[in-house]
Amino acid sequence: MSQFLSSAMMHNIFAGLAQGVIYSLVALSLVIIWQSTHVLNFAQGAMAMFASYVGMTEIDRGLNYWLCIVVSVVVGLLFGGFTERVLIRPLYGKPEINAIVVTVGLLGVLEAVAQALWTSTTRNIATPLSQIYFHDQGRLVLLSPFVIFQFTLAIAIMLIVAGLFRFTDLGLQLRASALAPEVARLLGVRVNRMLTFGWMLSAAVGTVAAVIVASGSFGLYPSDMDGILIAGFIAAVVGGLDSPVGAVIGGLLIGLTEQFILSYWSADLAPLGGIILLVVALMIRPQGLFTKSVSRRV
Amino acid sequence: MIRVEHLTVSYGAIVALTDVSLEANPGRVTAVLGANGAGKSTLLRTISGLVAPKGGDIFLGDRSIVSMATENIARLGVAHVPEGRGVIHELTIEENLRLGAFASKVDIGAGLEKQYEQFPILGDRRKKYCSTLSGGERQMLAMARALISEPQVLLLDEPSLGLAPQVTSELMNLILELCHASNLTVILVEQNAKSALRIAHDAVVLHLGAVVASGTAEAIANDKNLRHYYLGLVQ
Repeated sequence: MSQFLSSAMMHNIFAGLAQGVIYSLVALSLVIIWQSTHVLNFAQGAMAMFASYVGMTEIDRGLNYWLCIVVSVVVGLLFGGFTERVLIRPLYGKPEINAIVVTVGLLGVLEAVAQALWTSTTRNIATPLSQIYFHDQGRLVLLSPFVIFQFTLAIAIMLIVAGLFRFTDLGLQLRASALAPEVARLLGVRVNRMLTFGWMLSAAVGTVAAVIVASGSFGLYPSDMDGILIAGFIAAVVGGLDSPVGAVIGGLLIGLTEQFILSYWSADLAPLGGIILLVVALMIRPQGLFTKSVSRRV
Repeated sequence: MIRVEHLTVSYGAIVALTDVSLEANPGRVTAVLGANGAGKSTLLRTISGLVAPKGGDIFLGDRSIVSMATENIARLGVAHVPEGRGVIHELTIEENLRLGAFASKVDIGAGLEKQYEQFPILGDRRKKYCSTLSGGERQMLAMARALISEPQVLLLDEPSLGLAPQVTSELMNLILELCHASNLTVILVEQNAKSALRIAHDAVVLHLGAVVASGTAEAIANDKNLRHYYLGLVQ
């Protein structure tokens, strides 16, 4: 067993999944927004980065790491709601390019403001859980207490989101608002409120990803989510923009593909893994691997 | 009770309704008849707040609802079954029904049971997706979903569309029954004038956005000119 866990194959799987869950969370957050408002939010990563900065710099003021995570997520929630209300709401019913311009603009503004406020120097965040990999009888196993926490947190967030959508009244109203906004209104569902809530939820999920990234070995810096947003986008498209499950699986696939390319070929080519996956997915199933093709009878 | 006064609606330069007035009362079915493009759906959509009128007023009881948001009008007890039924295919039958209950304070469990009793076919298949239902069953679901919130007013937009004559006939009987049982104010928009007039108490005929006749359903049904020129009924 110990030989198995420390084999090269398992090294790659653990490392790929650890990166993959981050992509999955970002992809999931993009899908939530896409489903509810049909906006591709290019500022998703930057919003999450900003919220994680606000929360994690509280460590300087002596706040406990776990509470900093909570602060980040709460800031993410509020930021998501604020963005929808102020920037996105005026764009509903307008051409899709408007929302793209606004979210790309927001991405630029947030990264610039973050640099102005916190400088572009990388901050390393001391986590209470060790990031040193386990050793088993002298052999390295590519898991650390922090990586296990990262997996647990990501899975918990995914289950909470899935449970919320599937089993609660709020989730039902969210789904109805996304599927048929006019019908939902006629049934008394406060659709505008649901759209705001969708953005809040999405931003919070994205912030969890940003907190994990910031706590990891690359640290916290204003553009720390750029590459991850691209991978998250690809994951969402590969899995199907309408499918939360697809987003999660897409993220894991990209994480694993990148890791295997890195390990068996070249680290420089690893970011291409996502692109390759995207091209293949678009060739065989352009609507996304997990999208149910819905045909309506009229 | 719904009272529409001098309602004018336009989509840009196109006038959809001109000076439309009508009154619909509890326990009565008011049929709104007319050809395609007469403005029937626009009338219902304006009552529900989906379309903002240029002028005129709409009252629910004594309260003007003309500038209110759609969801708030729904929460005041105006249930609108839109054209094409508005059943959400990606949700199960039970989820569709639950959605209907958010407009009021009714207990969801009791409301569901009541509708399953009224429409047993829905109860038997509550966990199934709506794409498995036939046209008539979808109309039943749309009706049940509208009724679960125990509304005062029921707006029905072309409920007979796409249904077989036999199913349409059963549906019309059901509408009349529900109207009497719960003292509902029903506004029934139909192209199928014959079916609608069979159960309606009152009727309004729209033509190119204007009211060309209104009165009891019987009087409208017996007016030879109306039948010939506007309702497409021949005898």
